[in-house]
Amino acid sequence: MKKGWSLRQVSIEAQLLLVGIPVVIWTMIPVYHLFLFAISQRDKATSGQLWPKNPTLQNFEFVFGQKHFYLNHFWQQLGNSLMIAVATGLITLFVATTAAFAISRLKVRGGRTVMNMALVTYFIPAAFLAVPMYKTMANYGLLNNRWSLILAMVTIASPYCIWVLKQASDKLPWELDEAARIDGASPLQLFWLVYVPLMVPSLVAVGTYALLLAWNEYLYGFLLLSKETDLPLAVALGNFLAADDSPWELLMATGFIYALPPAAIYYVFKRYMVSGLTAGAVKS
Amino acid sequence: MAEAVVLAASTPRRSSNTWNKWGQLMVLPYILVFLFLVLYPVSYGLWLARDPQSYVKLFADPIFFRTAINTVIFVVVAVNLKLLIALGLSGFFMQTRWWIRIVAMLFILPWAVPSIPTILSTRFMLNPEWGVINTLIFKLTLKDGPNWLNDPTLALALSMLMHIWKSLPFWTLILLAGRMAIPADQYEAASVDGATRWQKFCFITWPSMKGLYLTSTLLSMIFTLGDFNSVYLLTGGGPADLTHVLATLGIRYLRLDQIELAMASIVVALPFMLPLVYVMMKRLSK
Repeated sequence: MKKGWSLRQVSIEAQLLLVGIPVVIWTMIPVYHLFLFAISQRDKATSGQLWPKNPTLQNFEFVFGQKHFYLNHFWQQLGNSLMIAVATGLITLFVATTAAFAISRLKVRGGRTVMNMALVTYFIPAAFLAVPMYKTMANYGLLNNRWSLILAMVTIASPYCIWVLKQASDKLPWELDEAARIDGASPLQLFWLVYVPLMVPSLVAVGTYALLLAWNEYLYGFLLLSKETDLPLAVALGNFLAADDSPWELLMATGFIYALPPAAIYYVFKRYMVSGLTAGAVKS
Repeated sequence: MAEAVVLAASTPRRSSNTWNKWGQLMVLPYILVFLFLVLYPVSYGLWLARDPQSYVKLFADPIFFRTAINTVIFVVVAVNLKLLIALGLSGFFMQTRWWIRIVAMLFILPWAVPSIPTILSTRFMLNPEWGVINTLIFKLTLKDGPNWLNDPTLALALSMLMHIWKSLPFWTLILLAGRMAIPADQYEAASVDGATRWQKFCFITWPSMKGLYLTSTLLSMIFTLGDFNSVYLLTGGGPADLTHVLATLGIRYLRLDQIELAMASIVVALPFMLPLVYVMMKRLSK
């Protein structure tokens, strides 16, 4: 039998609601407005109603059918975003895992210096590095090549990944390495057969982090790429701002499509992401 | 002798030659990334900023002065406000209720989705003529709402709110993880002694959180210096280039093909940034 609530309990619940409700409203307004805009007809989108009178999927039909000047390369640009994100994720994973393994498990000479190099890089604000990075890519002849964006994103993503992976691998017991060495395992066998399987949760967290960082990136894409067919979706969305008569409802529909994969990935990997990515920060 | 051998075998720091070679081979990819994509660009950028004339030009630019003030306001106000709210909210999310778990799932959204669509969505809401905010203001008061992004003070404040909206979930999670590391029996003991909520915060939560809180503040300051999106996508630096911060001003100079000025504007920020970086390095590489 559930007893009635005491006055004290009611007051606590009320206080919690008083925090919870504003938090939800504050969080949801821009997201809900985006969604509302995407399913509204052009002239009805800004009426201030909580739900449109005639919700429509027509905007999405326009986007998927590439039926507007701004959307001529929608599928290509979606593919570019995907390609850049996946390549960044894989390359970062490779660079960061090998580095963390060498520093933390093989105790390579100079490992501490490499870790410090990565940390210093982590502390360079991305928008500051963007200026010399632009000139560097020009010197390397990589401007307007999608690889310039991939390499730039690997540069930005890998320091944090190395840091998180090193924290995680320092926690693995040394007996594992010793047992493997006594059994005559080579460093490469230790890496593949012992280290990688044990590190899977952190590797998922770190790989997803790099992938999402690249998918979400705007500034570097906007600086390094300019050909319509090379652009990732993020930069294509920014280009809508160029004109006053832009089709906002189509922009919002495209933006909604663009925002879905990261949100989905985040919720699927939530367990890994939160514990994996906050681990490094909490330690200090 | 035998003891020494055992000691050598169990001391991980001394690796044999082949193991060290493999180690070097495996850090090589990152070293290459660092040399070609960090060290070279940074040195090249500093070299581009070597001409004293660039700084004379930079300081003569009225936009730069305004930008410097904006940046200080942005970093100091937005970061501290954000972390204070995050500290409070992390306490809220410690409560175990079924509905708070749902709130937590939604609360993560700003961090989980990319900036561009949500910032542009906010920008449309703020449109003075047909944006939903001014439409509602007109419906309710029959008066025209403010021209939000055309007022430099308001526009900068809104950029800061945008920044807080986007990064609040991340810092709340960090501080929440810090709170969860505090043993629950400390609070139970305090409850038995009849401590109030405020006393629990002052004597249990804060003492064990203040290190993390300070680290978070410094780290967030560095990241916030590099926040290009919240300003550029919302205000574009306008009206009349009055809402730039260093992150957007550097890019503006770059787009105007004034790379020396762009680099000079970053070099000017280094005296403020490097101490932060130094403190963070000491804290993280312990």
